[in-house]
Amino acid sequence: YVRTTKYTLATFLPKSLFEQFRRVANFYFLVTGILAFTPLAPYTASSAIVPLLFVIGATMVKEGVEDLRRQKQDNEVNNRKVKVHRGDGNFDLKEWKTLSIGDIVKVEKNEFFPADLVLLGSSYEDAICYVETMNLDGETNLKVKQGLEVTSSLRDEFNFKGFEAFVKCEDPNANLYSFVGTMELRGAKYPLSPQQLLLRDSKLRNTDFIFGAVIFTGHDTKVIQNSTDPPSKRSMIEKKMDKIIYLMFFMVVAMAFIGSVIFGVTTRQDLKDGVMKRWYLRPDSSRIFFDPKRAPVAAVYHFLTAIMLYSYFIPISLYVSIEIVKVLQSIFINQDIHMYYEEADKPARARTSNLNEELGQVDTILSDKTGTLTCNSMEFIKCSIAGTAYGRGVTEVEMAMGRRKGSSLVFQTNENDDMEFSKEAITEESTVKGFNFRDERIMKGNWVTEMNANMIQKFFRLLAVCHTVIPEVDEDTEKITYEAESPDEAAFVIAARELGFEFFNRTQTTIAVRELDLVTGKRVERLYKILNVLEFNSTRKRMSVIVQDEDGKLLLFCKGADNVMFERLSKNGREFEEETRDHVHEYADAGLRTLILAYRELDEKEYKVFNEKISEAKSSVSVDRESLIEEVTEKVEKDLTLLGATAVEDKLQNGVPDCIDKLAQAGIKIWVLTGDKMETAINIGFACSLLRQDMKQIIINLETPEILSLEKTGEKDAITKVSKENVLAQIINGKTQLKYSGGNSDAFALIIDGKSLAYALDDDVKHIFLELAVSCASVICCRSSPKQKALVTRLVKSGNGKTTLAIGDGANDVGMLQEADIGVGISGVEGMQAVMSSDIAIAQFRYLERLLLVHGHWCYRRISTMICYFFYKNITFVFTLFLYETYTTFSSTPAYNDWFLSLYNVFFSSLPVIALGVFDQDVSARYCLKFPLLYQEGVQNVLFSWRRILGWMFNGFYSAIIVFYLCKSSLQSQAFNHDGKTAGREILGGTMYTCIVWVVNLQMALAISYFTLIQHIVIWSSIVVWYFFITVYGELPANISTGAYKVFVEALAPSLSYWLITLFVVVTTLMPYFIYSALQMSFFPMYHGMIQWLRYEGQCNDPEYCDMVRQRSIRPTTVGFTARLEAKKRSVRRSEPES
Amino acid sequence: MSSTAVSSTVGGGGSGEPSSGVRRTSKRPKYSKFTQQELPACKPILTPRWVILTFLVAGVVFIPLGVICLFASQGVVEIVDRYDTDCIPPSSRNNMVAYIQGEREKICNRTITVTKAMKRPVYVYYQLENFYQNHRRYVKSRNDAQLRNPRDEHDVKTCAPEDNVGGEPIVPCGLVAWSLFNDTYTFSRNSQQLPVNKKGISWKSDRENKFGKNVFPKNFQTGAPIGGGKLDTNKSLSEQEDLIVWMRTAALPTFRKLYGKIETDLNAGDTIVVMLKNNYNTYSFNGQKKLVLSTTSWLGGRNDFLGIAYLTVGSICLFLAVTFAVLYLVKPRQLGDPSYLSWNRSAGGLQ
Repeated sequence: YVRTTKYTLATFLPKSLFEQFRRVANFYFLVTGILAFTPLAPYTASSAIVPLLFVIGATMVKEGVEDLRRQKQDNEVNNRKVKVHRGDGNFDLKEWKTLSIGDIVKVEKNEFFPADLVLLGSSYEDAICYVETMNLDGETNLKVKQGLEVTSSLRDEFNFKGFEAFVKCEDPNANLYSFVGTMELRGAKYPLSPQQLLLRDSKLRNTDFIFGAVIFTGHDTKVIQNSTDPPSKRSMIEKKMDKIIYLMFFMVVAMAFIGSVIFGVTTRQDLKDGVMKRWYLRPDSSRIFFDPKRAPVAAVYHFLTAIMLYSYFIPISLYVSIEIVKVLQSIFINQDIHMYYEEADKPARARTSNLNEELGQVDTILSDKTGTLTCNSMEFIKCSIAGTAYGRGVTEVEMAMGRRKGSSLVFQTNENDDMEFSKEAITEESTVKGFNFRDERIMKGNWVTEMNANMIQKFFRLLAVCHTVIPEVDEDTEKITYEAESPDEAAFVIAARELGFEFFNRTQTTIAVRELDLVTGKRVERLYKILNVLEFNSTRKRMSVIVQDEDGKLLLFCKGADNVMFERLSKNGREFEEETRDHVHEYADAGLRTLILAYRELDEKEYKVFNEKISEAKSSVSVDRESLIEEVTEKVEKDLTLLGATAVEDKLQNGVPDCIDKLAQAGIKIWVLTGDKMETAINIGFACSLLRQDMKQIIINLETPEILSLEKTGEKDAITKVSKENVLAQIINGKTQLKYSGGNSDAFALIIDGKSLAYALDDDVKHIFLELAVSCASVICCRSSPKQKALVTRLVKSGNGKTTLAIGDGANDVGMLQEADIGVGISGVEGMQAVMSSDIAIAQFRYLERLLLVHGHWCYRRISTMICYFFYKNITFVFTLFLYETYTTFSSTPAYNDWFLSLYNVFFSSLPVIALGVFDQDVSARYCLKFPLLYQEGVQNVLFSWRRILGWMFNGFYSAIIVFYLCKSSLQSQAFNHDGKTAGREILGGTMYTCIVWVVNLQMALAISYFTLIQHIVIWSSIVVWYFFITVYGELPANISTGAYKVFVEALAPSLSYWLITLFVVVTTLMPYFIYSALQMSFFPMYHGMIQWLRYEGQCNDPEYCDMVRQRSIRPTTVGFTARLEAKKRSVRRSEPES
Repeated sequence: MSSTAVSSTVGGGGSGEPSSGVRRTSKRPKYSKFTQQELPACKPILTPRWVILTFLVAGVVFIPLGVICLFASQGVVEIVDRYDTDCIPPSSRNNMVAYIQGEREKICNRTITVTKAMKRPVYVYYQLENFYQNHRRYVKSRNDAQLRNPRDEHDVKTCAPEDNVGGEPIVPCGLVAWSLFNDTYTFSRNSQQLPVNKKGISWKSDRENKFGKNVFPKNFQTGAPIGGGKLDTNKSLSEQEDLIVWMRTAALPTFRKLYGKIETDLNAGDTIVVMLKNNYNTYSFNGQKKLVLSTTSWLGGRNDFLGIAYLTVGSICLFLAVTFAVLYLVKPRQLGDPSYLSWNRSAGGLQ
């Protein structure tokens, strides 16, 4: 049973209360609330405790609802069903949560494993099964697991009748790749290894069913051991807000302290030698609170009272308002139609609302690759055969670049024609997954008429034959699907099929292909006899098959990476080398994965020699078996004839380059952390324009010969030491390189692999590493484990102090998502693990652009303005109280009625500020996207800098001073109305309060730049509500309304001076701010101000002008295709003088 | 977003299953201007025109208002006579507190010359200074329930130490009532009595709803020490307007309270003789006592502050309007010069 909720039914009340009062402000209010019941209180207890209860209650309800939602998700997982052995060979469906250790379960194809299992038997004879561990490590290729031989006979349900075994294994731990245990079966002991272990949350593939014994369940499983508790994240703004609150506390204490001292002194003077000074206070017979004989004690008590009185300084409704605002904001995020993914029917979902404003401050994005940037599907897109480039499909990058070029006057390349074709390509339907090849020259059998038809035939035949793919024929439709170890293999086979070379059957020794006969033009079935398969591995970087075709000809088909392939060509096989190299280069730059295809005809004799040798090598059991095989294959894979090259696009998700470009323009750094191979990662880097050819790549890895040789000897310590030194040296080397380039526009890219990363993340190295990484334009970490991803994230987060956002889709990203300030999960096709641990889930990477640039920016702006405003309004309010105290010898008489005090934050000033938090926008979404740099306001935190915060506070203080002294001077001892009555406490209080309500609300109106009907309603209604309240409250019986009884109706409203004072005080108080903002707007506009000007003056339709605003303010962006175009321009300019 | 729409048709093949048909509940957010945050809005920005216009309007409105207020205030005739020290016989001046606490009658005659004609009603105030009616202990030392209703006369818990005498509750209890002001004034012009009307000097709501018609003073000022004035035990509280006025506590330590109205016009040059009984002790705390005669205008009593303030702010506004106009003319806004942006100024080392 897996639980991810924060509370249970029993712990909810105490735990959430505890959580609530852990917030300093809430605790403070609790204390003042309790104190309010003592005679110390300057106001009635109920007026203090009711708002607190309301606030706490609202927050708890919110917490509860969120947790309930989490529980629902848990339930869904926990209640999934699996077949469990019930005894006597019968299997029943049982819920996951009821599984216990020792159960035998049957998992069927494409199901997730419900717990960690020991594999017993499968539908295959040798008890193998294929497992996809995408959720664990993000790798998409299938892994083979194999049961023990002794149990491999367990292939049917009834076999388990009376099956008994005893498994002994290590304690639950988080290590995914190790497992030690033994199985005792019928008295014999068998060792268990990771090979037998099936992990929860991985998926059974290509295998009809397996049987397994449960060994770890629930929280003991490796996956869940790996996952850390969901940390409760708080945004930077909120953390800063705490600091502000401490500052406010300090001010409260200071104010109270000053008051207490003066109070103490005056109280002491009230009674001197038995003579009363202020006799009307009866200092001779006083309770301790006012006793001149014990003035110091009285002062201490007074201090408490004063703290209570000034407690309004800290806005009680701040937290609850922020909560409300954030929830509403996240509803807006959820409702954004531009972030709704039609195809998967998935809108964006903000899972926690705590981090909305953090979205506006992201400095570094750490992105997973597979499933995040790419959609994890390979598409055959281009090829170069016999020196001719085919394929007019357009990659995402090219499309993005093309668009960009079309929109601005930039140097045009000859890719122009590609653009035209791309449109065609778009209109054509591409229905075949993994195939995005468009070229009428060779499609639909047209290749027959091409010049090099012969070569083309060989080329595709090679694709159809040289692979390890297993075809699956759907019985009904006769459609063939392919199960491949890696998606690019599948893409090749599919490509071959689409072009007329349909691979449809494989036996142990043959491959059957339907192909077009070059001579007759008919489709014929050909059978190729597979003689040898020389498999792919990372050192060979190539794969070959040796086949015998129907004519008995022996052929060696080979495909591999360009660097290993070109050197293996025969002299006369190099006919097209030049062109092919060019093409490959071009493809690689576009982020395509390229392979070189070549073949060779073998004569019988040669093959015989080879075959003998290879069998010999394979059957050898010595340590150097591998190298023996390599040696043999080396000899046969030579003198090849070049056929051409293929280019497969690791399909980026829609709009990824676009999005990355925008984000880069917004000044956000993007790091890619992937578990993939370095080559793949680099390819994707190119595809996303994170890398480009003229970038200097600093590659850090440990594949130097010395280390490799050391690894063979296997001394751990030595390896560690040397590796570390090596990595450090490489890092330092990189840094010096950077230094020498010194501010030059040449961008650097850092690429580091997992092994080196492990050392680079050591405590003593990591800071240097970080320095290097930060100064590179793009950083790619490949082959990194989930843990490393999390560590890198932590390093960036803590080392930089900047906000990080991690985005990923698989379970292997969970650590990273949780570690980062914001985790964004891609709710893709696979698994929910990432989404479950993310803070915000979106369906596609490209929505990140809108999420950050629009929602992030808005939320950041809203929340920060809101907080500033909150403190402003409370300072304005409370400081008048303090100023009034100076006229009461600091005896803590509130200037206002009790309920005026406590309702200020609730009724008369809260709605506008919430509306501000929910609706305000400086510029519309369109402009946010048009001027991505606007985002820097958040990254640089200009809207929530101390300067701005203190500015607002200052605004509050002087507003209070103006309001108080103007009111006080206007309402001196003279008659207040025509009737000769003078102004008492209620009248001064009422007038001042009215002024404050007006000032505070109009200040809001001045500060926002976006007036919808809602803003109008809340602002004006707050003012109206005040008049309404004071009227109604005044009409209540005098025992309830006390001092406020009929004050408005009888005293204030009929008196003209009340209205005149209000008008005057309000206008005067707002004037300084008005002058300030007029000056700022006109002469020192902030970036959003400039955009507002733009919009206002209608110049946004003038592209040149827009560009100017945009360009002039953009720091040279270093990644993204905009930068790429710029670089291209530069290089062209550079080369022009030469030619 | 049109660009993404196009590209999504291209990549459509990528995500496998066709999205046709059977989807029952789409999670597609409903489009509305509200949820998409595209509500129609006016987005005012402070353009030069608006700024100048605002200042102009403010100036144009404020200056006349200031003039009117000032006129109103100037029209009020106010005579202030401080008598606290003067009403102590010179022999007792070195111990004024002892004098005021003495038992004998402390009568004092003052002569006031009317400088300007005063239209009736002429309001008579007493003004106390340095008297903290707003002290928290003082303010709270009363019981409203007891004042309102005879049944609540035992409700004196907030009134200590003036809560009871020998176990019997004091009505009205508390320090406020106990310290009731008790100087009295009698006015005569040309040895002819000027009657002082003491009706209607308190707020109507106080008389009718806060001070009960059937609540009578009890045990008031009977215990030691005696604070201020005594009350007529035969008059109900709602008729004791001096008390009601007194019990509306003042906001500031300098305050006036209405003593009564003289319902005759006073002419310029009239000499008014005030016979006052100097009973109230302000000497302990160095408070001043003043007698004030004042007419009122529609704006109330005499206070030039508001008028002058209106005039000042109004002129500042006009001045600012001109300044801004000049500024805009001399130094027009640079078109979107980003060098002002804070982060561009400090961004040198970032990349």
